[in-house]
Amino acid sequence: MFILLGMPVVQIVIFGFALTNEVKNANIAVLDYSKDAATTSLISEFNASRYFDVEKNLVNYGQVGKEFKKGKIKLAIIFPPNFNEDLQHFNKAQVQLIADASDPNVANTLTGYASAIIIDYQNRITSNRKLPYTINTEMRMLYNPQLKGAFNFVPGVMAMVLLLVCTMMTAITIVKEKEMGTMEIILVSPMRPQIVVIAKAVPYLLLSVINIISILLLSVYALEVPINGSIFLLFFESILFILVSLSLGLLISAGVASQQTAMFISLVALFLPTLMLSGFMFPIENMPLPLRTMSNIVPAKWYYSIVKSVMIKGLGIKDIWKETLILFGMMIFFLTMAIKKFKIRLA
Amino acid sequence: MEAVTIENIIKTYGKKKEVLALNDISFNVAQGELFGIIGPDGAGKTSLFRILTTLLLADSGKVTVDGFDVVKNYKAIRKRVGYMPGKFSLYPDLSVEENLNFFATIFNTSIKENYNLVKDIYVQIAPFKERKAGKLSGGMKQKLALCCALIHRPSVLFLDEPTTGVDAVSRKEFWEMLQGLKQLGITILVSTPYMDEANLCDKVALMQNGNMLSINTPEGIVNNFSNPLWAVKSSKMLQLLNELKATDFVADAYPFGEYHHVVMKDISGEGSLQQFIQTHSNTIIESKIVKPDIEDCFIALMKPLSPKGENGEDKHKMKVNE
Repeated sequence: MFILLGMPVVQIVIFGFALTNEVKNANIAVLDYSKDAATTSLISEFNASRYFDVEKNLVNYGQVGKEFKKGKIKLAIIFPPNFNEDLQHFNKAQVQLIADASDPNVANTLTGYASAIIIDYQNRITSNRKLPYTINTEMRMLYNPQLKGAFNFVPGVMAMVLLLVCTMMTAITIVKEKEMGTMEIILVSPMRPQIVVIAKAVPYLLLSVINIISILLLSVYALEVPINGSIFLLFFESILFILVSLSLGLLISAGVASQQTAMFISLVALFLPTLMLSGFMFPIENMPLPLRTMSNIVPAKWYYSIVKSVMIKGLGIKDIWKETLILFGMMIFFLTMAIKKFKIRLA
Repeated sequence: MEAVTIENIIKTYGKKKEVLALNDISFNVAQGELFGIIGPDGAGKTSLFRILTTLLLADSGKVTVDGFDVVKNYKAIRKRVGYMPGKFSLYPDLSVEENLNFFATIFNTSIKENYNLVKDIYVQIAPFKERKAGKLSGGMKQKLALCCALIHRPSVLFLDEPTTGVDAVSRKEFWEMLQGLKQLGITILVSTPYMDEANLCDKVALMQNGNMLSINTPEGIVNNFSNPLWAVKSSKMLQLLNELKATDFVADAYPFGEYHHVVMKDISGEGSLQQFIQTHSNTIIESKIVKPDIEDCFIALMKPLSPKGENGEDKHKMKVNE
């Protein structure tokens, strides 16, 4: 009853205040070859805007790619040498914007904001001159030049489907045995709890591997989303995530008394947080601190970022070892808890 | 050696331990014995079986099965006992053969290895071995469950109400199977709400409301019944029962098949009853002295525990098979 009445309230609060598609305080990097009056004031405009935080000042072009790989920045602004001089002498200058388009929506929004700031600046300095200044912005969409939505949702759907199949299905398995009464006989046998729990997970592991294969085939051949990184790495990470989800499902199953409760817990406690807090639907950067902290315990968040890195950005293990390690830790934790919680007696 | 020893077991349920399921139960079961636990629903039979099979922990008391403590050595017990819960607990979507194979495998054995043990029972269900266990009839299900509980050659077999909901012919067959297993030296503990099955056991324990009323051989229980017992038949049975209960020489009267059984308070009651019969000679068709059977004993044993104001029919909560 509490859940029925409380859920709408919680959802309105979360959706209304915390989850927005709007991008605020995005981290950007600046590569300024000119370092003159015009670029300095333009950079401070960016910094003053509530949409951007200048996170890094870079010194050469090579660093741009590295920063994007680290995933810390969403946008880079590059001023060519002699920006101010060009502007003063030829009334024309160039600036390049590079956006991380693995999330096309965010990239679109950010380049829009950035262009607006630049045009605003251009209009202000032109205001009392006869010949207008023109600042040309050249945009580059990194990873996803065509801004395809599929680049964003394929990793998201992978996280969703695997979580659904693995966690929900396994969540009801052990508890189903309890309901049917077969657990009573299984307990009065030499079978060890570890074996029971692991045996329950194996069929779903196989099913999920088939799921990954079909999702990947469809996304590559039907949606034309490339797999830029190593496919083996992608598989390894997916299996790791499957194991995390399975262990989580087993933990739920071992702890509850009926199939209904198991379903409900996996729905309310897993499905919704995964949808909202994995970064797939709503950018995590814009959430208030409590939600951002909460998102760290959502396994799908880490998997989503791994898939994006490997599949879209083509990164290797050395760029995602942190996420991998976190998933690995989660798996160990959930599995031990599941085996510990597995009751060796009926009550 | 005793196959099962139970000392002062107390088991309660509920947060405040308000439900007393087993009240200070103690008894032993000798090796190779066919031991029956008889009692109405809610007597505590299933709780007792679950404690014996290490599935539940008693609040206090000590239990050993095959010499192993049910708390400390539960793993050893789980390897050597066979357990058939009261509720059908096999996999309904596996076939008969698959179920048997599965249970053989989890006990690290194979059907082949112990086939001679289950052969007599298995041949009866073998024609249906491709059928899903969930689609079997009640009696077949119980036979399959018994096979599955036996496949690892247990030393002690626990059968919780194996004949409940099973037709009379299958029940008879089932008990014949148990007699056969007894010949193989397997200790069998079986619970049942049917009083007539008590005669088929070596020893019987009568349970009610968590108390152990009597533990004896079936003969011993019958021999302990000392009060004179008459059977009376009348054209107005209900009226007769009420009138009998109102008299002062009758300890108990209850319907028993087509007769009312009348238990006298003592030997002098017989004279009073004959007088009573003469005054009611227009309705009473038949009256005779009968030898008590085990059901009469149970009804008599259960009576002191029954709450006041309960009528004869209610005391027949135990299922009497016609």
